[in-house]
Amino acid sequence: MRSVAETRVVQEPFGPGPAQEPFGPGPAQEPFGPEHEPPTDWIELNMGPQHPSTHGVLRVRLKLDGEIVRDADADIGYLHTGFEKSFEEKTYTQGITFSDRMDYLAPPINNVGFVMSVEKLIGVEVPARAQAIRVMMMELARIASHELWLGTAGLDLGVYSGFFYAWRDRELVLDLNESYSGVRMMTSFTRVGGVAWDLPEGWIEQLQRFIDVMPGRIDDFEAMLTDNPIWHQRLQGIGALSAQEAITTGVTGPMLRASGVDYDVRKAFPYCGYEQYDFQVPLGVNGDCYDRYRVRVQEMRESLKILQQVVDTLPAGPWITSDRKVALPPRSELSKSMESVIHHFRLVSEGFKGPVGDVYAFVESPRGELGFYLVSDGTNKPYRMKVRPPSFCNLQPLKKLVQGVLLADVIAIMGSMDFILGDVDR
Amino acid sequence: MLVQRLGNRFTQALRESSDFRGDLSIVVDPSSVVEVARYLRDEEGFDYFLYATAVDWPARDPRFTVVWEVRSLANKTRIRIKTTAAMPEPHVPTMTEVWPAANWHERETWDLLGIKFDGHPDLRRLLMPQSWEGHPLRKDYVSFGEPVIFSDQKLEGLEPDAIRG
Repeated sequence: MRSVAETRVVQEPFGPGPAQEPFGPGPAQEPFGPEHEPPTDWIELNMGPQHPSTHGVLRVRLKLDGEIVRDADADIGYLHTGFEKSFEEKTYTQGITFSDRMDYLAPPINNVGFVMSVEKLIGVEVPARAQAIRVMMMELARIASHELWLGTAGLDLGVYSGFFYAWRDRELVLDLNESYSGVRMMTSFTRVGGVAWDLPEGWIEQLQRFIDVMPGRIDDFEAMLTDNPIWHQRLQGIGALSAQEAITTGVTGPMLRASGVDYDVRKAFPYCGYEQYDFQVPLGVNGDCYDRYRVRVQEMRESLKILQQVVDTLPAGPWITSDRKVALPPRSELSKSMESVIHHFRLVSEGFKGPVGDVYAFVESPRGELGFYLVSDGTNKPYRMKVRPPSFCNLQPLKKLVQGVLLADVIAIMGSMDFILGDVDR
Repeated sequence: MLVQRLGNRFTQALRESSDFRGDLSIVVDPSSVVEVARYLRDEEGFDYFLYATAVDWPARDPRFTVVWEVRSLANKTRIRIKTTAAMPEPHVPTMTEVWPAANWHERETWDLLGIKFDGHPDLRRLLMPQSWEGHPLRKDYVSFGEPVIFSDQKLEGLEPDAIRG
């Protein structure tokens, strides 16, 4: 084990006594391991908040009996920036830029999820070309996110060379992001009713080169890891969740599918035209860390299949709705039409209003079901925006997963969860 | 129809139901919300917990709407369960015994909106520090209103408003 942040022997482990920190309302509850009176030779280990395997700022308090983890308590919130509060103070269009900063490894998917909730609220149609562009950006983000996961989760377990391969391949996606939106990560490319720009010249060719080169790169990865005995020993049988447990604990995305539950939002509730594309939902059997790895690698291949189909069937036409109440008029109209100038002014100065009501819109992010629960009181801003972050749901069963495993396996389990602390804490 | 079955079974508890943009919501009396939830899980197959949250309506009485949303993976349906909580100590029953996955979501709701979940096994703050005062997502909690004191300013004699940055 490397990088042990702080250890101390628990002097008086869990006696009632005065609570050290105020824990919520009512009588102060014992925060940690209430069921048992542990032996005094257990030690409490602080993993994080600066531990390299936490991929962000996460603190886990572990109770160790020698090398065996007896209890764990995840302390999150170090990256809490109050996005939900911020959403309430910005118009719907301004809110788009908040959305990609939550899950900063798959910003396009957050953009799409956010505008889908607004589109559902106000009931606007999105043109087919915009849907196709969204699908391409989302699948690229999925590949980039899984690549980054492969690199860093492998790095935690000692696969140093994989890290460089993964980041080299992810760079191709960032280049595509950049040539489309001008930004490598925080794309903010969606608008309510469509996308902000049409595809630039040469982008499809660039994407085609990416689609052509990636299968070989994934093969390289699989050749390095899939049948690697060390990789097997570190991952197989570790952190297993049965299908029933996965549903009960509320995990989502690849963690849910690795346990064999066939649930993918893209298949179950198709959005953005996913029903037109032919792809499989990879499922695991054992629900352990190894199956999560297999599911994610297969998902990258399926994403490439989707990308190829979108490239082949990319529809022509407008990329944003012609509804002038929600979308800016084209630049060329502004010098000719007074009405367009008025629409432009109204949209830029105060935005558009939504009807009173509440909706829940959800998309499949690389980490699972990302949902936006939007409450509107009829003004031009969300009255309440609750985000259902997939990383938050996946991190919740950490305590259950690490009880009884070796300390070194905690790294493997946390790696296999693929949580993004920006997404957990918002 | 699910709403009809619910209405027949819970004649007293079910206050209203709505179907807005295809999202089914029911408003249930807080005293029987767990009973309704148990029925939804056991008889209607709503096995997958999505999220819990609350909405603050300062002008209304009761002031808070508490929301849980669950899905049936087999039937591909969703239902939003709402109930209300009144000041000064808003509290509702916990759903953790029906859907254990509600644990962190309810802790977050306590942390950010100050709704107590009666019977919750571990109701601590989740995102904010344990020593934090106030509940940031309430509408009367002003964002960007934190007092800022510079080193050349004296604390004494300054009204809190005067030192807000």
